Amino acid sequence: MNNLLARCNVGIFALALSALGAVTGSALAQQPRYGGELVFPVPSEPPSYDGHKEETFGLIHPIAPHYNTLLRVDPTDPSGTKPVGDLAESWTVSKDRLVYTFKLHTGVKFHDGSTMTSKDVKASYDHIIFPPPGVVSDRKGQYDVVEAVEAPDPDTVVFRLKWPTVSFLASLASPWNFIYKADILAKDPHWYETHIMGTGPFIFVEHVKGSHWVGKRNPNYWDKGKPYLDGYRALFISSSSAQVAAIRGERAQIQFRGFTPADRDALKAALGDKITVDESPWDCVLLVALNHKKKPFDDKRVRRALTLALDRYEGSKALSKIAIVKEVAGVQVPGTPYATPPDELAKLAGYWKDINASRAEARKLLKEAGAEGMSFTFTNRGVPMPYEPLSVWLIDQWRQIGLTVKQEVIEAAAYYATLRKGEFDAAMDFQCGYIVEPDLDLYKFTSRERNPANYGFYDDKILDDLYQKQSRAPNVEERKKFVRLFEKRLLDEEAHYLMTLQWHRIIPHSSRVHGWQITPSHYLNNQLDTVWLSQ
Amino acid sequence: MWLYILKRFLLMIPTLIGVAAIIFLLLRVIPGDVVEAKFMNGEAQGVSEQVMAEERAKLGLDKPVWRQFGMWGWRVLHLDLGTSMWTGGPITEEIKLRFALSLQVALMATVVATMLAIPLGVIAALKQDTWVDYAVRIFSIAGLAMPSFWLGILMILGFLIIFKWVPPMVYTPFWVDPWQNMVQLIWPALAVGYRYSAVATRMTRSSMLEVLREDYIRTARAKGLWLKLILVRHALKNAMLPVVTVIGLEFAFLLGGLVVTEQVFNLNGLGQLFVQAIARRDYTLTQALVLLVASVFIFVNFLMDIMYAWLDPRIRHN
Repeated sequence: MNNLLARCNVGIFALALSALGAVTGSALAQQPRYGGELVFPVPSEPPSYDGHKEETFGLIHPIAPHYNTLLRVDPTDPSGTKPVGDLAESWTVSKDRLVYTFKLHTGVKFHDGSTMTSKDVKASYDHIIFPPPGVVSDRKGQYDVVEAVEAPDPDTVVFRLKWPTVSFLASLASPWNFIYKADILAKDPHWYETHIMGTGPFIFVEHVKGSHWVGKRNPNYWDKGKPYLDGYRALFISSSSAQVAAIRGERAQIQFRGFTPADRDALKAALGDKITVDESPWDCVLLVALNHKKKPFDDKRVRRALTLALDRYEGSKALSKIAIVKEVAGVQVPGTPYATPPDELAKLAGYWKDINASRAEARKLLKEAGAEGMSFTFTNRGVPMPYEPLSVWLIDQWRQIGLTVKQEVIEAAAYYATLRKGEFDAAMDFQCGYIVEPDLDLYKFTSRERNPANYGFYDDKILDDLYQKQSRAPNVEERKKFVRLFEKRLLDEEAHYLMTLQWHRIIPHSSRVHGWQITPSHYLNNQLDTVWLSQ
Repeated sequence: MWLYILKRFLLMIPTLIGVAAIIFLLLRVIPGDVVEAKFMNGEAQGVSEQVMAEERAKLGLDKPVWRQFGMWGWRVLHLDLGTSMWTGGPITEEIKLRFALSLQVALMATVVATMLAIPLGVIAALKQDTWVDYAVRIFSIAGLAMPSFWLGILMILGFLIIFKWVPPMVYTPFWVDPWQNMVQLIWPALAVGYRYSAVATRMTRSSMLEVLREDYIRTARAKGLWLKLILVRHALKNAMLPVVTVIGLEFAFLLGGLVVTEQVFNLNGLGQLFVQAIARRDYTLTQALVLLVASVFIFVNFLMDIMYAWLDPRIRHN
């Protein structure tokens, strides 16, 4: 009996030990591990090294780890919408919402050992907002609201605005707004186009053009304990099959832009548990621009008919198996603060659940407009994914309301020249953002007279007014109301632009990669300070 | 002989000038420009006309075409290829990086092709209409029918499925690490060399068959000369004329024409640079690359002309 008890006790003890072991093991598994080199393919390459000037993720992916920004998007937030401090430790906003005061972290050093102060933040933002002659700033227009940037003391930066805007913090969290060194900018405002000197978690080692980019751990990084990696290596690989081969052959661990559903399935089948797949709606969407300067697209009945013909719900089911699109959405990415609830979305033209009723309405509108059975040309960009499958889908949908549509494909480099000149009937257009924020996302749809990226060539004062109202709304609920009104006018009442399907971001990565959170933007979470590799 | 070489050399100059003028004008005719490609690529669309005009002025694209051509031609005459309109970096640097890799792949593929083609072509000709000839013909026709990039894809898939391995993705120069360099480049060299050898094998075979029926071969045999001597000294040397042409032209083509194979193996070579330069409307870089490839073609032709003269004395005497 004693033996039996003793055996039982030993058994319980062993069980308890193993349970404890499992708990400890799991805790340890979550403990960041130091060391290792993260290798990732980048499908594009930066034209220059200057984040203030360029727009491509080909710059962000290899170069962001060398820099900090004043604010950043919370690297743990899956919606990618919450600004948090990066070099800013804290901030206050004046009652009239016209003055933003930021306190900076102290002890921040540039990679050359010099101290970063508010002078550097001011110089960087002046470089973006008030560029000196001969300096191209792609983002100058985004900061029209800023009247002045001031540096009253070494740890404080003040932004004075011309009018209050809710999106100001989000615009300061732009991953492009690297903080540069003031002395360097003063000597040569073009220096950063060809050199790297930041305060970021990784120090520049080498860039071999067309081949790779290497960074190593910054041992004096101001955010103590970070980064975890010894370094990183970005491989410039333009071919998607070679990118997949790099992950599959374990020459690389992650690609931060995204793979197709077929690539995801192939990698999962080949590597099993060695691969973890992260997915998210993507803050990129292909739109149909209807040229209002051409008949019959100046008639809103025709435009509404074109959107009513689209069965977005069935399209999503079919296309999400073969292309990087999935979510049916309005003007905001699903799952983000200002996204349209599905019930409300289903009330908009082209989003009705009953496709037969929707197409019957479309035919009726075409008949009223005298455009029954019309023919037109759909201009598409010569980029395979997802332009090709979406274009095939659109043409088939329009065929189902009796329209004849011819596709014209134009080479990528010449595409936007065609759009800008207005030499098209209907054309595929594109919008992609670094943060889901109505001010940034809706601007594209404001009147052509104020916005050169409006390829519908329309002017709509009501829409412009709604844009301004949502931007200056005093609280979230009020703003939501104006965003919904804007959306209804844009997509339903006027049908100025047609949304297709939201892009869907698929990141299959090595299961060894931890500390990285997928967000709706491939421009975010590339500083790599939180990323670590397990053994 | 020297007069012949000088004449051939002088002919290279008008050819190069013609190529430069044609490519300069053609690039200006195609729609879009480097500023459009950079600022209107879909990711950036809100760029104002003013910003684009400033960028064009900075790159000299606001000047009349004849003036742009004059300025570029003057620089090229001084051996200055200028800077890339896309990256702003010196073009010589952009090309130097890729040239070593492309040259090595081209040389390795030429070695592979020559080592396969000449023995196989000669054997097939000697054993005409036997199983050996048929086997060589099947091997070479398969090589002709199979694009080298497709063979490359098969190789990579094979490595992945069987060995769970892919060749290195980053180029290591031979002098830095010969093993790593060969592990990366041997596969594209084999893929390209196979197709290249197929062309040369068929040329060697048909040329040998023709030469072996010549009177002087029959005379040499009738004199009782040793067969090996007849083949090497009399037959092969004469049969090599068209084979040298094929090998030379293929070699020149490989330097800039391996676009898809370079993508498959992720090689940072001239082919990929060429495609990127055109897609980005990087005029200065495209012009420099076209000039480079044209120079290589012309130079290889020049070398072949000299080799012809060496192989066939009638050419130099006439």
